[in-house]
Amino acid sequence: MQLSGAGIGGLMVAGIPVLGNTVAPERLLEPGADAAAKKRLADVALNAAKSKGATYTDVRIGRYLQQFLFTREQKVQNVVNAESYGIGIRVIANGTWGFAATSDVRPEAIARCAETAVAIAKANSRLQTEPVKLAPQKGVGDVTWKTPLQKNAFEIPVGQKIDLLMKVNSEAMKNGAAFVTSNLFFVNEQKYFASTDGSYIDQDVHRIWPTFTVSAVDRTSGKFKTRDALSSPMGMGYEYLDGLASEKIAAPYGLVGYRNSYDMVEDATLAAKQVKQKLSAKTVQPGKYDLVLDPNHLGLTIHESVGHPTELDRVLGYEANYAGTSFATLDKWKSKNFNYGSKMVNIVADKTQVGSLGAVGYDDEGVPCKQWDLIKDGILVNYQAIRDQAAIIGENESHGCCYADNWNSVQFQRMPNVSLKAGSEKRSVFDMVKGVDKGIYIIGRGSYSIDQQRYNFQFGGQLFYEIKNGEIVGMLDDVAYQSNTQEFWNSCAQLCDQDDYRTFGSFFDGKGQPSQVSAVSHGSATTRFNGVNVINTGRKI
Amino acid sequence: MLTREEAKKIIDKVLSYAKADETAVSLSGGRTGNIRYARNSVSTSGESDNMSLAITAVYGKRSGTATINEFDDASLEKTVRRAEEIARLAPENPEYMPMLGPQKYLDTNTYAESTAKIDPEYRAKAAFDSIDPCRQKNLTAAGYLEDSTGFSAIGNSKGLFGYNRSTGVEFSITVRTADGLGSGYAARDVNDTSKLSTKAATEVAMQKALASSSARALEPGKYTVILEPTASVELLQNMMGSMDARNADEGRSFLSKKGGGTRLGEKLFDERVNIITDPMNAELPLSPFGGGGGRFGGGGSDGRPQEKVAWIENGVVKNMYYSRYWADKKGVKAIPSPGGIIMAGGTQSLADLIKSTDKGILVTRLWYIRAVDPQTLLYTGLTRDGTFYIENGQIKFPVKNFRFNESPVIMLNNLEALGKPVRAGGHLIPPMKIRDFTFTSLSDAV
Repeated sequence: MQLSGAGIGGLMVAGIPVLGNTVAPERLLEPGADAAAKKRLADVALNAAKSKGATYTDVRIGRYLQQFLFTREQKVQNVVNAESYGIGIRVIANGTWGFAATSDVRPEAIARCAETAVAIAKANSRLQTEPVKLAPQKGVGDVTWKTPLQKNAFEIPVGQKIDLLMKVNSEAMKNGAAFVTSNLFFVNEQKYFASTDGSYIDQDVHRIWPTFTVSAVDRTSGKFKTRDALSSPMGMGYEYLDGLASEKIAAPYGLVGYRNSYDMVEDATLAAKQVKQKLSAKTVQPGKYDLVLDPNHLGLTIHESVGHPTELDRVLGYEANYAGTSFATLDKWKSKNFNYGSKMVNIVADKTQVGSLGAVGYDDEGVPCKQWDLIKDGILVNYQAIRDQAAIIGENESHGCCYADNWNSVQFQRMPNVSLKAGSEKRSVFDMVKGVDKGIYIIGRGSYSIDQQRYNFQFGGQLFYEIKNGEIVGMLDDVAYQSNTQEFWNSCAQLCDQDDYRTFGSFFDGKGQPSQVSAVSHGSATTRFNGVNVINTGRKI
Repeated sequence: MLTREEAKKIIDKVLSYAKADETAVSLSGGRTGNIRYARNSVSTSGESDNMSLAITAVYGKRSGTATINEFDDASLEKTVRRAEEIARLAPENPEYMPMLGPQKYLDTNTYAESTAKIDPEYRAKAAFDSIDPCRQKNLTAAGYLEDSTGFSAIGNSKGLFGYNRSTGVEFSITVRTADGLGSGYAARDVNDTSKLSTKAATEVAMQKALASSSARALEPGKYTVILEPTASVELLQNMMGSMDARNADEGRSFLSKKGGGTRLGEKLFDERVNIITDPMNAELPLSPFGGGGGRFGGGGSDGRPQEKVAWIENGVVKNMYYSRYWADKKGVKAIPSPGGIIMAGGTQSLADLIKSTDKGILVTRLWYIRAVDPQTLLYTGLTRDGTFYIENGQIKFPVKNFRFNESPVIMLNNLEALGKPVRAGGHLIPPMKIRDFTFTSLSDAV
């Protein structure tokens, strides 16, 4: 995960990439062009590319809507409503990909854009040594898909959203925060896909992410600490903010886990109390500890140490110049006995899980979505592959995980949801903590870093609690753990059950050049890892 | 691509429709193209055109923005009305600052015709010049070239107007040996593409790939390091990005002082550390307005002029950057956030720095750098694509990559020597020799 910049011509607001033009909030509720009109435009592109010599063409007509709200304390800093509309045309000519995009959607401009895509493909085909081979994909005809949601977030008035953030901020301040920032992010991708395979796919995809950061400052010592929200971005509507009691999971030390419903005010209240405790928390003694990792923390470790290394484009070297390659090489997979993790490690790739960020009906090259195993009983069994890669791993169909973050970005292999299956034995996090003699219970996403082949990593967190002889004895500070991916997953010793299972997510996973963002979820139950190396990150300047 | 006159005509027309207390217009556009290759073959390549106009209307402390990419009179007027409607409905921003009046902008030179002329054939040739030498030596190239040509114009109802056109090319190349045991990297960024040779940059990466094969493991610990500019640039950029005055005043920055106040005026670094920004620098020209950011210059601009600013002088913190609101509250000049940073160096080449080193490690690149502790600016990350052991002034052998945990503040106190600055990642940075750089673990990654 590396957010290093927005796409072409991107605007950054508070470090967050905004795609497209800012518009009035009500504009986000206007329907875009209807499917029949988009089909006509798509056909213009398909025909123009074919007439210039393309052997395959796909067209994405995209309307991307975003609403971002930024506040601090009792101030609204910014409300951004953005819309981006245009067409991206991808072709194969002389066995080589070409891509061009335009925000001018008049038929003559679309035809010109298709011609540019073909010209680019032809110019580059002279350098081609590996002609593109696409896994077969039968056209699916005219179909639609929509994120299952109860409340379209774009229909909720901005005023109501600001009221919520003001309540979050005031509760945080009331409970001892020195500062608080809170944000709401809403995304709606209205994507129309057409290809020369005979697919015309209309999809309406929604995502939501509420988050905040509370800070505590001790002026006398000059120390400051922060605690971020323990929410998860979701593929849901505004109903995620209902804060249903039935979706709360009680954890030791008064901590609360949120499953498919988030209580933002409650979390901010807890955060304000905890961030003050962080100021006086005991600094960690470096050494080996058994780690009890909450799903809201473990999701990022799964993302970095399993999600990225099993991306086939990385394995093959396509990301060598940027994100890097992978230690999970083809020979390890072919051996059918590479112990990625201990026997209890079962990790699935998925593009269908309801409420997840990765869920869509079809990917951005028109392939129906599905679920498949990546690691089964600890053994590496598969990768994440798209149409032009499937043949390399002996499969005759794509896994359906191709994605572009905007109409003007070219689609490529992106991570589906990658999740660790919960344990089959009945076990709560209370039970798990009881079994640990010397350990640390880690909650929330903190600092994270991993090498370009995904061997060596270091992770921090939001909250650290010391476990001694089966009891939590207090809060720790300056904690980070360093490990090696294979060693770490082989130290996986115990899993909580399905009742504890939750998703973690990221709105802005970065990959590719130019860098594109993608949203992805990672589910797990609380999990124990034995004997992991913990370092102390305290310094003086 | 609009000329100054064409852009001004559209902005003036928009302003003639405006009825709000204040109205600002931002018009930008251009073309970007790219070519990406891996496994010695082109993987993706594309081109994208875009132009858009943003109108911000303000009533009191309420503001609203609307954007459009159609430029006929009716569309322009409709968009002005829309921005005004949004502003009326928007919540008040208590920190809103009235718009700036006319500003004097420096005449910087960020545009080169050679870059504006780039076409698909040029990009294919640039890729070929990089791939071909690798193929001939049985090495594998993965690279990326991106070019942009565009303009940015701003104007408002108080008479402010600014226009800048700029071009830029970014190129990076990773070369790996066929057995996967060696990897080398080089990166270049220029405004004028006639100054770029993808072949020459690739040759550096090839040499590093071959020389880094079969690396030996050294124990992690504290080492003297020579950081090439591609290695240190991100740490320095992160540090400069943390020099926000408000955070320091609020007690949540590395520049906050124990007991309250800030460390402005304190000597925090070795006295040889001098960091400035200067939009007129011939090697690193910048847009004359805007707080940095935006590929076409001036993105997200509030119209403040970019001027020469000394941030760190002889190791002393000389300036922090301000929002206009915070500067007004504090009664100081609202210095915008730094764009391309320029760190002063010496005359020594990288080879000179190596020659003067008894024992040390040469680092080509640092990777996956993330903040660990904002209080101390502690960062972690890893070396990558060419890490070598130096003894008695010579490179002895390649070493396995390390994870580091280090703060640029500590690093710039442990300064041994500075070389001649070169452009890296949109900044001008010298190679630097640092003692006691903290490596905390080893990585098997190549």
